[in-house]
Amino acid sequence: MVQSGRTAAVLAFLMIGAAVFSANAQSPDRPASRPASPKHGTVFQSPATQALQADDGANPAMLWVGQGETLWSAPAGPENKSCATCHADGTQSMKGIAATYPKLDPKSGQLLNLESRINQCREQHMHAPAYTYESAQLLALTAYVTIQSRGMPRQVTVDGPAAAHFERGRAFYMTRQGQLNLACAQCHDDNVGEKLRGDTISQGQTLGWPGYRLEWQTMGSLHRRLRACSLGVRAEILPFGSPDYVALELYLAWRSKDLPLESPAVRR
Amino acid sequence: MNSRRPGEQGNQTWPNRRRLISLAAVVALLVVSPQAALAQRPAVTAPGDIVVVGDAIPAPLTTTQPDAARGRAILLDRAKGNCLICHRLPVATEPFQGTIGPDLSGIGRRLTTSQIRLRLVDQSRLNAATLMPPLYRTAQLVRVDAHYRDKTVLSAIEIEDSVAYLASLKD
Ligand code: HEC
Ligand code: HEC
Ligand code: HEC
Repeated sequence: MVQSGRTAAVLAFLMIGAAVFSANAQSPDRPASRPASPKHGTVFQSPATQALQADDGANPAMLWVGQGETLWSAPAGPENKSCATCHADGTQSMKGIAATYPKLDPKSGQLLNLESRINQCREQHMHAPAYTYESAQLLALTAYVTIQSRGMPRQVTVDGPAAAHFERGRAFYMTRQGQLNLACAQCHDDNVGEKLRGDTISQGQTLGWPGYRLEWQTMGSLHRRLRACSLGVRAEILPFGSPDYVALELYLAWRSKDLPLESPAVRR
Repeated sequence: MNSRRPGEQGNQTWPNRRRLISLAAVVALLVVSPQAALAQRPAVTAPGDIVVVGDAIPAPLTTTQPDAARGRAILLDRAKGNCLICHRLPVATEPFQGTIGPDLSGIGRRLTTSQIRLRLVDQSRLNAATLMPPLYRTAQLVRVDAHYRDKTVLSAIEIEDSVAYLASLKD
C-alpha cells in the first residue's frame, strides 16, 4: 500500500514536471488572437522607406508589377493561351481576389496561396509548366494580381473545411521553435515596437507582400520573408510553398482581417 | 581451464603485468596530479548533467580557465552570441542595440557569477515564458534547423568566457 502510494506520488510529480516542461518548450495552447490595435508593417519602417513605398514612381517593386502586366497577356503552352484569354482585363477580373487568399481549392481540397493558384492555372488551364517559386515571373504575376486589391480589406475564410488549416497555422505561430526557442507570437504579439538590432518589430502582418526588401535588393514573396524569420531563430527553413507556411499564411491573413492590403511594400 | 595452447606459455605473465602498470598509472594520475590529467582533457559538463542550486549554477561548466576578453568578443559576434539583437551592452562602437531584454550594463553588480551562469544556460528554469534563448540546452527544442540540431548555442568554455565578461561589468 505504502509502496504504491509513493509510486503514485512520484508519478504525479513526474507528470506535473513533464507538463510544465513541455508547455514551456512549446506553447501551442495559446488561443488565436488579433492585435488589439492593428497596424500595417509600413508604420514600423523609417520615414525614408515609407516615402519610397508611397510613391509608385519611386517604389522599386513597381518594376515587377509592370512585368506582371506584360506576362498577363503573354501566350504560353500548346494552345497559346494567356491569363487574359480567360480572365480578360486583370485590373477588373482580379479586383479583390488577393485579399481572399490563401483559399481552399474546392476541387482538390488543398489550401492554395496566390502563387500556387496562379501556377495551377498555368498547369491545368494553359498546360504550361509551373513557374518556380521566387522566379521573376511568379513574383511579377503575383505582384500584378495582388496590386489589384490594394486598399481593399483582407477577408479570408477560416471555418468549415479551412478550419483544420487555420488550426495548423495557429499552432505553428504559437509554438516555440529553433535553437533559440522562440515562437512567432513572442516577437510579433508580445514585443511589437521593440528594437531587434536595427529593426523595429512589427505585428508580422502580411498585407505588404509580395514586397521589395532593401536588404535583398529585390522583390520577394511572403514565404521568403517567413524563411528569414525561421532562420533568425535557427529553426528549419521550410521549402517555398510548404503546407506549413501556407497554413501559417492563412492564420496571419486572419489576424489582419479588415485591414487594407498595401502590397507592394518596401521593407528594410 | 586446460585449454592453453603450447605457444602461449611464454606470454603467461604479460596480461597481469600490463594490467598492473596501467592501474598504477591511473592511480598516479588521480592521486598525484589530477591537474595533469585534466589539462590534457578538460572536463566538460554536458547540458543534461547541469546541477541547478536555487537560482544559480555554482559549478563552472568546464575546467578550462575562462577569459573575459574572449567572452566579450563572443557576445558581440553575430554568428555566436549575437546578444545585441535583444540586449544593450556597454560597447559604444555598436550602434544598433536591442531593447527586448534588459540592459546588461552593471549585470556583474546585480548578479553573482553562478546566477549569471544559470541565466545563460537556461533562463526558462526561472521564467517559463522567457524570450531569452537557452544557450546551453539541447533537450525540448522543436524544429531546430539541421545545422544546429543537438548543438548548444554556445560551448561550455564559451559560456564560461561570457560569464566571466558579464561578471566583470560592474557599472
Ligand atoms: C526574434 C523575433 C522574431 C521572431 C521569433 C519572428 N519574427 Fe517575424 N520579424 C521579425 C523582425 C525583426 C522583422 C522585420 C521587421 C518587421 O517588419 O517586423 C520580422 C518581419 C516579419 C514579417 C513581415 C512584416 C511586414 O510587414 O513586412 C512577417 C510576416 C513575419 N515576420 C512573420 C513571422 C512569423 C510567421 C514568425 C514565426 C514563424 C516570425 N515572424 C518570427 C522578428 C521576428
Ligand atoms: C483556360 C482558362 C484560364 C487561363 C488561361 C487562366 N486561368 Fe486562372 N482561372 C481559370 C478558372 C476556370 C478559374 C476558377 C478556378 C478553377 O476552376 O481552376 C481560375 C482561377 C484563377 C484565380 C483565382 C480566382 C479566385 O476567385 O480565387 C486566379 C488568381 C487566376 N485564375 C489567375 C490566373 C493567372 C495569373 C493566369 C495566367 C498565368 C490564369 N489564371 C490563366 C481559368 C484560367
Ligand atoms: C531573443 C532575445 C534575446 C537574446 C538573443 C538574448 N537575450 Fe538575454 N534576455 C532576454 C530577455 C527578454 C531577458 C529577461 C529575462 C526574462 O524575461 O526571463 C534576458 C535576460 C538575460 C540575462 C539576465 C538579466 C537580468 O538582469 O536578470 C542575462 C545575463 C542575459 N539575458 C544575457 C544574454 C546574453 C549573454 C545573450 C547572448 C549570448 C543574450 N542574453 C541573448 C532576451 C534575449
